[in-house]
Amino acid sequence: MLSLPLFHTMALAGVLFVIGLIGVLVRRNLIFMLMSIEIMLNAAGLAFVAAGARWAAPDGQIMFLFIVAMAAAEVSVGLALVLQLYHRLKTLDTHAAGTLRG
Amino acid sequence: MEIVFYPVAVVAVVATLMVIVQTNPVHALLYLIVSLLAVALIFYLLGAPFAAALEVILYAGAILVLFVFVIMMLNVGADTIAAEHRLFHTGIWTGPLVLGVVLLAELVYVLMTFDARTAGGAAVEAKAVAVAMFGPYLLGVELASLLLLAGLVGAHHLGRGWNLERPAGGGA
Repeated sequence: MLSLPLFHTMALAGVLFVIGLIGVLVRRNLIFMLMSIEIMLNAAGLAFVAAGARWAAPDGQIMFLFIVAMAAAEVSVGLALVLQLYHRLKTLDTHAAGTLRG
Repeated sequence: MEIVFYPVAVVAVVATLMVIVQTNPVHALLYLIVSLLAVALIFYLLGAPFAAALEVILYAGAILVLFVFVIMMLNVGADTIAAEHRLFHTGIWTGPLVLGVVLLAELVYVLMTFDARTAGGAAVEAKAVAVAMFGPYLLGVELASLLLLAGLVGAHHLGRGWNLERPAGGGA
């Protein structure tokens, strides 16, 4: 067992979340944007598990489980959409999909 | 044992940074797997072995395999990497980077002023997690299963259209 300040684990979760956020804002490739969203979800899960470890409660890990289930559902639909978009536009650039005219 | 945490945290941050600056999606994916494994080790250090196992099996094992399949189907070549270089120049970086660093500074400030006592106590084993999950959180489990079903139906629907609309003569 670890006796770290809660600040350190929470700060790590914050750093990972901000890296994912910058990734979503900076990249224009859909695959990289989906990966950055995964990074952000994972950072949120880390925050939940760290808080659950701080109070020795199982609730943090349960929230992490829900986050993983949601990430799996989101990424399956998201990747299917990426395949559709690539099939129609022959590119993964998000700006190419800006007109919404199939 | 505390000393183990800081190198792992550095590995996680560096690997995650490498994910968002890569231009080849496969390399970014491998860095993302390293980052997830580092976070799994942190879960284990925090006394959450069940969450650590799930991180490896579900995140690094299942979700990233989905990414690998899609990248395989998208047929990434040298020309797409060159196109990615064109889309990803320095001018795009600065604005979001500055805003993100400001956000991070505020977050760290709030956490520092928060009462930061030491983490830790007993480890929360898989049994305690399961007892709570199928007790007070049962409705959440059912809703998560419905969400996964909806994701399955949606992905099947979208993926089927992609196969049917393929032009008859050409490969792709």
